[in-house]
Amino acid sequence: MHIEVSGLNKKFGDFQAVTNVNFEIEKGQLIGLLGPSGGGKTSILRMLAGLESVDEGDILFHGKRVNDLPPQERGIGFVFQNYALFKHMSVEDNIAFGLEVKKWSKPKIKARVAELVELTGLSGFEKRYPHQLSGGQRQRVAFARALAPEPQLLLLDEPFAAIDAKIRHELRSWLRDMIDRLGITSIFVTHDQDEAIEVADQIMIINKGRLEQKGTPWEIYKNPESPFVASFIGESTIVDDVSSLRGFGNATDWPGTKALIRPEYVEVGKPSDFNLLSATEKGIVRHVHFRGSEWLVEVEVGSTRLVTYRSLEKEILHPGDEVQVLIHRAYLFNDNDSWVMENKLKEDPLPVHI
Amino acid sequence: MRRLWIGLTVAVFGLLLIVPVVRIAMGAFNEGWGGFANGMSRPETLHALYMTVLIVIIVTIINTIFGVMLSLYLVRATWLGRRIKQLLNSIVDLPFAVSPVIGGLMIVLLLGPETALGALFNKAGVDIVYALPGMIIATLFVTFPLIVREVMPVLQEIGSAQEEAASTLGASAWTTFWRVTWPSIQWSVVYGVVLTVARALGEFGAVLVVSGNILFKTQTATTLVYQDVENFNLTAANSIALVLAAGSVTLLLLMEWAKSRRGVH
Repeated sequence: MHIEVSGLNKKFGDFQAVTNVNFEIEKGQLIGLLGPSGGGKTSILRMLAGLESVDEGDILFHGKRVNDLPPQERGIGFVFQNYALFKHMSVEDNIAFGLEVKKWSKPKIKARVAELVELTGLSGFEKRYPHQLSGGQRQRVAFARALAPEPQLLLLDEPFAAIDAKIRHELRSWLRDMIDRLGITSIFVTHDQDEAIEVADQIMIINKGRLEQKGTPWEIYKNPESPFVASFIGESTIVDDVSSLRGFGNATDWPGTKALIRPEYVEVGKPSDFNLLSATEKGIVRHVHFRGSEWLVEVEVGSTRLVTYRSLEKEILHPGDEVQVLIHRAYLFNDNDSWVMENKLKEDPLPVHI
Repeated sequence: MRRLWIGLTVAVFGLLLIVPVVRIAMGAFNEGWGGFANGMSRPETLHALYMTVLIVIIVTIINTIFGVMLSLYLVRATWLGRRIKQLLNSIVDLPFAVSPVIGGLMIVLLLGPETALGALFNKAGVDIVYALPGMIIATLFVTFPLIVREVMPVLQEIGSAQEEAASTLGASAWTTFWRVTWPSIQWSVVYGVVLTVARALGEFGAVLVVSGNILFKTQTATTLVYQDVENFNLTAANSIALVLAAGSVTLLLLMEWAKSRRGVH
């Protein structure tokens, strides 16, 4: 389903939950609404579903305005955060509910339920009740129930929030496969950036009720259009005086500009590790944290403290060690503008041709 | 020390609950089975019991329907402001706070034959006070909070997500209520109904004020017991009281059963 949203506004009392949101979604895409909790993501999703009224603006499905259509008539499937399974009905009855309501014939319902049970890998659990299922199974029942009446748009509110980390990973790729296979336009809400980056075709970053940026995960990572997006995606450190760092001296041309530096922009090592030593400067290791698959190193350069990752294969650093620090790039921003600045000294000023 | 407390508790329990019931039973049968049967088969007893049963049935039906509806509105309705909900919510408890006699008096002052409203109804050929409608209104007033107070917490606890899920699946409000909401609240409603029946069965103060206790017309079982005691007709009074007590005990057992079912679902 092609979706268009324009000038969307929503207030709860005095609280402006959603402010002038515009976007368009192509058919068959999987969209992640990403942002901090309480940022208005769920309100947008609920307005799309018709569970919340729209104060201002238009929602168009296939070019038709649906603002005044009740949820029953929008042709959507909704997966709730805590699944909202009908707790007094078995798995089978939960999935069949939407079909019975739509007055499908008995044999058709039976066939469709069997199909979905198969698809979601719930065979053998048809007669169980929700309280007899694990979190992951409940999630799949909710998914099957939402898909049963063949909706054209699937909305998922924090679909993995209530599931433990390991199973969440499996379910994520399972969901991605499933949506690819069905080709159904889907929108999911999450506050977990890894989830959004891993699963979504496109991410919409929502903050304080505003749409900050929409794009593919790679675009958003590479070219954040606002300081918020830059700081929200990935880990990062804000540096007030970036011109003090080697290679970024000409940042003084823009007074009042701050910089945001991500761990992956920073490299630490011995002088022999770098072939362009002139672009590096000395730093002192302050802390090292073991992260399971890598080290997180806090390093102090001048008065600035930066963080970076370090492979477990490399020599282990200790607090107090003196290291060379190379900053590849920084994301600069001020009140009016933001841009990415590469380390000027990385371009060898006097190339030596052999 | 512990024994003393246990003994005291048993003594109080016995004095307050067991002894009176035994005393009533003895009183009812002090002239043997015949006395009990005589007391019960008097035409005024039968009429009073008929009135009580009639009031209980009507009141329970009305309170169940409107109690459930009010609970739904107070918990779910988005078109009611928060302050209005709070206000309504506290008004629901009014009958608990006000003495039933005063409740009855309010009805008399509002709808009695000397008032404008009462006169209006009288002209239309309907008597409210000193007639069945007034007694029903009085009993409704007294029992109104019972179902609301049972159902509201359950509605709050189950939340609206299941109902919203049903609506996104295409179910109408009516279907959603019967297939999704009702199964979750049914045992609370049963519990509330049992309480309502028990309360309506035993209501005395409010009914006495609005009914005028007119023999063969507005006399209920409880007001008849009162009159029999006044007339030193103790065997009959004890017989009717025993029947009422037996009804209440049955209801209490039913209530325990409903409570255990409510825990299951």
